[in-house]
Amino acid sequence: MQGSIALQRTAEVQYVLRIGDTALILAQRLAEWCGHAPALEEDIALANMALDLVGQARALLTRAGQLEGLCGGQVLDEDQLAFLRDERDYLNATLTELPRGDFAFTTLRNLFAATWFKLLWERLRESSDADVAATAGKAVKEARYHQQHAADWVVRLADGTPESRARTEAALDALWRYTAELFEDDAVDAAAEQSGLGPRRSALREAWRADVTAVFAEAGLALPKDAAFRSTGMRGVHSEHMGFVLAEMQHLQRSFPGGVW
Amino acid sequence: MSAGNAAEWPLWEVFVRSKAGLDHKHCGSLHAADAKMAVQMGRDVYTRRQEGVSVWVVRSDQIVASDPADKAAYFDPAEDKVYRHPTFYELPKSLDHM
Repeated sequence: MQGSIALQRTAEVQYVLRIGDTALILAQRLAEWCGHAPALEEDIALANMALDLVGQARALLTRAGQLEGLCGGQVLDEDQLAFLRDERDYLNATLTELPRGDFAFTTLRNLFAATWFKLLWERLRESSDADVAATAGKAVKEARYHQQHAADWVVRLADGTPESRARTEAALDALWRYTAELFEDDAVDAAAEQSGLGPRRSALREAWRADVTAVFAEAGLALPKDAAFRSTGMRGVHSEHMGFVLAEMQHLQRSFPGGVW
Repeated sequence: MSAGNAAEWPLWEVFVRSKAGLDHKHCGSLHAADAKMAVQMGRDVYTRRQEGVSVWVVRSDQIVASDPADKAAYFDPAEDKVYRHPTFYELPKSLDHM
């Protein structure tokens, strides 16, 4: 099964993959911290978060594979979708594929992503798709904890030593431009809103900014100005980092097709 | 993992209640910068496999302990006082599991 698979890319499949892939790729980046976090306790916390995200990704990739079958394509399982797609068929937000950076970068990215996930899962509990709604009911609890944990760290680092403050500001400067994509609508969003599958991305923007602003107020940080730059990972057009993530993630399945534990 | 940060953070003892109605039991210790972080770390380190529904943490340096040098004076005198165990009473059958 090492050959790449191709997708029909209906709006439904894309909508579900965008969320599932964003969880999957962030999990892969967080897993890179295993054995490298600043303290043993945080090492475990980051790995826990990565595993929560893998669990969410599994549920959504499984659903996306079923939807792919329902629209006339081949029914695909979670492993085929996770390991056998080519780069352009991954629809994660570019934010999550950026290299893990230092701890300030990872923590701030976690805050941005977890806040987005939390708001999204809250809305998806009312999804017209029963599978997605069930996944959301479980995932929202995980996302709330991730958000709280990340928010605490952002406040600590921003309000900590001159070194941690400088690193947090540098992370904010590097990451902010990648958050715009999380709230940019396209035809996939319009279709999801129409069918009740889930909210359009722009519907989360104000609540996300309010949550992040509250954390930033405590941290003594300000929301940066929005830039014209738009990342396009959710349309399958990725940064130069994505290929490296996939090379590592897919290596085993591509080299030993169908290999299992 | 650098030992530097962990060495600066104080040590906390972690107690986990496995389910409502049971006692919090000591399950280990961890390093954390303050109480809030200690509770989160306690959750992450000690309840990953559904071990608990509640976590307590207490600064290790706030625990007052008996001196190991006093072990003999403190605890050996109880050794020959088996009558303190309630094993000399005939219990009714309905109290079998006391």
